[in-house]
Amino acid sequence: MTAAVRVTESARATDRAVEVLGVSKTYGDGHSAVAALEDVSLSIRRGEFVCLVGASGCGKSTLLNLIAGIYRIDKGSIAAKGRVGLMFQEPALFPWLTVERNIETAMRFRKARPDRSRVQELLRIVHLEDFGKSRPHELSGGMQQRTALARTLAQDADILLMDEPFGALDAMTRTVLHDELERIWQEAGLTVIFVTHDVREAVRLGDRVVLLSSRPGRVVDEFDVDLLRPRRLDSPEVTEIAAQVTERLLEQVRSHV
Amino acid sequence: MSDRGTLLEKDIRGLDRLELPLGTTDSRARRLWRSAWPKLAAVAMALVVWELVVLSGWQERFVLPPPYEVFETLGELATTDRFWVAIATTLRRAVIGFSVAMGIGTVVGLAVSQSSVLRRAVGSLITGLQTMPSIAWFPLAILLFGLTETAIFFVVLIGAAPSIANGLINGVDHIPPVLLRAGRMLGARGMTAWRHVVLPAALPSYVGGLKQGWAFAWRSLMAGEILVIIAARPSIGVQLQFARELSDSDGLQAFMIVVLIIGILVDIIFGAVERRLRRNRGLVA
Repeated sequence: MTAAVRVTESARATDRAVEVLGVSKTYGDGHSAVAALEDVSLSIRRGEFVCLVGASGCGKSTLLNLIAGIYRIDKGSIAAKGRVGLMFQEPALFPWLTVERNIETAMRFRKARPDRSRVQELLRIVHLEDFGKSRPHELSGGMQQRTALARTLAQDADILLMDEPFGALDAMTRTVLHDELERIWQEAGLTVIFVTHDVREAVRLGDRVVLLSSRPGRVVDEFDVDLLRPRRLDSPEVTEIAAQVTERLLEQVRSHV
Repeated sequence: MSDRGTLLEKDIRGLDRLELPLGTTDSRARRLWRSAWPKLAAVAMALVVWELVVLSGWQERFVLPPPYEVFETLGELATTDRFWVAIATTLRRAVIGFSVAMGIGTVVGLAVSQSSVLRRAVGSLITGLQTMPSIAWFPLAILLFGLTETAIFFVVLIGAAPSIANGLINGVDHIPPVLLRAGRMLGARGMTAWRHVVLPAALPSYVGGLKQGWAFAWRSLMAGEILVIIAARPSIGVQLQFARELSDSDGLQAFMIVVLIIGILVDIIFGAVERRLRRNRGLVA
């Protein structure tokens, strides 16, 4: 009945979207140096939904920023096949632009001609077609985050990196956005790397949950989540796997005492 | 679409509907009236106080005339060419002086906001200049440029440019880092980032700087026109000075009202632009 299976061998190299090999990252130098990541390796299949969980200081955000190419890698290598788009916990929309223009701007930055019909399509995908002319501040937090998702998709990203994107939202909105993200991921055939500190959210969404240790961040364990979709956050199966992951996470945390 | 799809769509639309504030939109006239009546009341109150002071007999009526006499004089003045020529001269100076200050302030502001060396070098100097009363510059300006329009422009420029530069520097400094990060993530680099992220984000503060710069420019200009009198070139400042010399209190106060009205009108324009920017960004209710 239990669907959690330790991953022994990662998938074949041919259909890999992201390949992280022996990556280390240290902040600062000398005595104040903090090792954020140490020898992290991770293979992510095309179309896979991977959740990274870990306690504070496990370098989950650092890893995302490295994959996105925002930070420089100290050691190791990262290969991403496809265009990478990154979403933050904050929607980070440009407040001086309407929802539509925010999405158009993402196209313009990529030197692509803003495509009005594509903007409308993206708005439909995130169910915001009635709010194209609204300003970001006129929308709720969940709607802003959906706009940010549409903006990221407007870059034609194949690989979606999400850094606790629903962390600031209320539980109800979160639940609905889980369904929404799952649908878009399936329909658009995206590869998603989703960082969260919420184990249950990770199990709800991920094909695989990767557990990182803290200071330095290392891959401690991986869990395949072989549950049928759509899943529910409060289903017994999700709860059970989440309990296993949490147990491992706590072992990790205790080791720091 | 599957059942699940429609259900999800309903969930989302329902949540959106609930999350959005209920709109209460007043008519335009109502809003105008709401912002106008306190101002009108304040003006009426000031006029009443003025009238009361006159009635108290504290000063002779030819030194401190009552409001209606001053407005009568203003009406008469408004029929003369000289009045409009004076206003035109002053406004032309204001526009030119302010435009040059805007150009220089903007360039300096851009440079300082981008270079930490420049910031350490002249950052506090700009603030220092901003706090320096512009009238203190006139003796030097007159020595340098003589009793010419250039001397006036020089002081107007030095009065207004620091505020404009500081407005821009503050605006750039206070851009939320997450917006810059978002811009970078979306692929905005170099000039594109400047044009589409940094400048729009700094705009409200920049307009605030322009507004303050205008106030300084206008004050400096009035001081300049009173100190630097150029023959056969009537201006508002000259009219003020002449009115005092002729003990023409009605005329003096009439021109002071003109100065006040122009100052207020320009401030209203800047204020409207600023408010619009802030409202669009959700920075005011």
